[in-house]
Amino acid sequence: MATSSATIPSAGPSAGARSFLSRLKSGDEIARLITLVFAASVVLITVALVYQLWKDSPLPRHAFGWRFFVTDVWDPVFDQFGALPFIYGTVVTSSVGLLIAVPLGLGAAIFLAELAPQKISDTLTFFIDLLAAVPSVIYGLLGIFILVPLLREYVQPALGKTLGFLPLFSGPPFGVGFLAAGIVLAIMVIPFIISVSREVLLSVPREQREAALSLGATRWESTWKVVVPFARTGIFGSIFLALARALGETMAVTMVIGNAPKISASLFSPGYSIAAVIANEFTEATGDLYLQALIELGLVLFLLTFILNGLARLLILVTQRRGAGVHA
Amino acid sequence: MTAKRFACVLALGALGALAAGGAWAQGTMLINGAGATFPYPIYSKWFDEYHKKFPNVQINYQSIGSGGGIKQVTEGTVDFGASDGPMNAEQIKAYEDKHGFGVQHFPTVLGAAVPTYNIPGVSATLNFTPEALAGIYLGRITKWNDPAIASVNKGVNLPGNEIIVVHRADGSGTTYIWTDYLCKVNEDWKNKVGRGTSVNWPPPTALGGKGNEGVMGIVKETPNSIGYVELIYAIQNNTPYGTVRNSAGVFVKAGLASVSAAAAGAAKNMPDDFRVSITDAPGKTAYPISSFTWLLIPKKIPDAGKRDALKGFLKWMATDGQNFAEPLAYAKLPKEVVDKELKAINTIE
Repeated sequence: MATSSATIPSAGPSAGARSFLSRLKSGDEIARLITLVFAASVVLITVALVYQLWKDSPLPRHAFGWRFFVTDVWDPVFDQFGALPFIYGTVVTSSVGLLIAVPLGLGAAIFLAELAPQKISDTLTFFIDLLAAVPSVIYGLLGIFILVPLLREYVQPALGKTLGFLPLFSGPPFGVGFLAAGIVLAIMVIPFIISVSREVLLSVPREQREAALSLGATRWESTWKVVVPFARTGIFGSIFLALARALGETMAVTMVIGNAPKISASLFSPGYSIAAVIANEFTEATGDLYLQALIELGLVLFLLTFILNGLARLLILVTQRRGAGVHA
Repeated sequence: MTAKRFACVLALGALGALAAGGAWAQGTMLINGAGATFPYPIYSKWFDEYHKKFPNVQINYQSIGSGGGIKQVTEGTVDFGASDGPMNAEQIKAYEDKHGFGVQHFPTVLGAAVPTYNIPGVSATLNFTPEALAGIYLGRITKWNDPAIASVNKGVNLPGNEIIVVHRADGSGTTYIWTDYLCKVNEDWKNKVGRGTSVNWPPPTALGGKGNEGVMGIVKETPNSIGYVELIYAIQNNTPYGTVRNSAGVFVKAGLASVSAAAAGAAKNMPDDFRVSITDAPGKTAYPISSFTWLLIPKKIPDAGKRDALKGFLKWMATDGQNFAEPLAYAKLPKEVVDKELKAINTIE
């Protein structure tokens, strides 16, 4: 605070010269326009994308209408297409992934930012950033050759024995399925959550911690009750990033999800995701209706991302309002 | 000074590039194709060898998939297409409506799909009847010791475990061959599932793998499973696979010879447009789950230079080019088909 207040007067003397100020002002204007164009281009790309997907999928929209969202048959031979199993698979795998990744990633970020010694924190962060750069096909291969056998031989039978009364953990253990895809997704998005959350936590002003400590809070209390709430918006941002990545992930998911367009309450069951079916079937899709149904699936994925992101933002708004109420 | 010199160098460079580009455009016939991924290794070998032989002909090929190949040749964005399954009547009509003339299929090499499995304690090569394969994939044969399997595998100690059925998840020519075969040997399959590069697999066909390696990965990692992969993939990766009983009642193991034999069996009744399925082909030595893969060539090519170059390549492909097939684990075209094809090449105008 002290340094920033010192720089403002230093800019003061030159502000006396009007021409300089106006030039500065016009420079500001230029910068504003340029950045506005950049920002607008993102919106433009998004709109163009949706428009193109819409324009290229008239046949299935006319043939199936809203039924496309609620039928669970996907039959390229007899030209019957429904998106429900893919929507279900996308939502379930992303949810499982985030349920695992958010607590783990947030915990790790808190440790790295608040509790770990600087050296350990820097070393670990380096490795986490490396993890974020691993291509998804590598995660898929590790999934199919290491995770899936582990799940099938040990984890799923154990879960089935203990929690098998829940529909979530019933059915035969194939290894591949919703659970495997969810776990692989969790591993893939954890680096994003850790990396972004750690930066956000580190940027919380020291004074916040010091104030909490001076009021008699323990280190953990200052972290959990002051620093984390302060960084809440940024942490949610990291979770959005993770959600977007999980929804759109293709390669790693298709390698471990089992690729069966089925809806099953059991996490052990094989399923399918939107991104995976598009990647798998697009190249060999010959009929017009078939191809356009795949394009419409792309539209559905876009819509799904839109809705889930909106819901998540709504959640933040609600929690923030409640948080503000508590503070007041 | 330095800026001027730099500009000079740039200008000279641009001139040089222009000159080279001009020479390139004048001397070289560029031909673009796109389509099937399955024959991509041999196609790229062929185009490379042919370019070495005739440096003035340069053929580019994008392996974007059979569906893409059919679509692009119909749109006219490429000079030729390639597909693992023949174009259907509807697609041919769409092509004719757009261009005013037809498209000719030319078989290039042969491929096959083979059943592979992982049963703990069973290392023998299993025999499969058409009824057993259809029954397993329809979900009617659910245990490995089912009489339909056990009766033709005497001496093999088959367990009573549930069969886990694996298929290709990505659209593929291999799936087309596999389902085309099941359509021919099983009426229910034909009516309920049909043939295609992707189909609606009946339950309990549970698991789909992406690509041959995906299917193989799942089969290897899942006890009591069965899947199907391309013959080439099985050969190159030393994957064990079973025999299949052909229409003559003989259990045949897939191999380059038995796949060529299937083509020879079908060659007698080869239609003029070469659009023929050779699954369940006659002949004692024929492997029944085999198929051609095709190049799709417009029947009329207005550009004389391009036409001659393509015809030259096709002739070379059907004759000398066939010698490159077997080292890459593709089955060669039988002689009867080559003779018929050479005649058809001449009809392109």
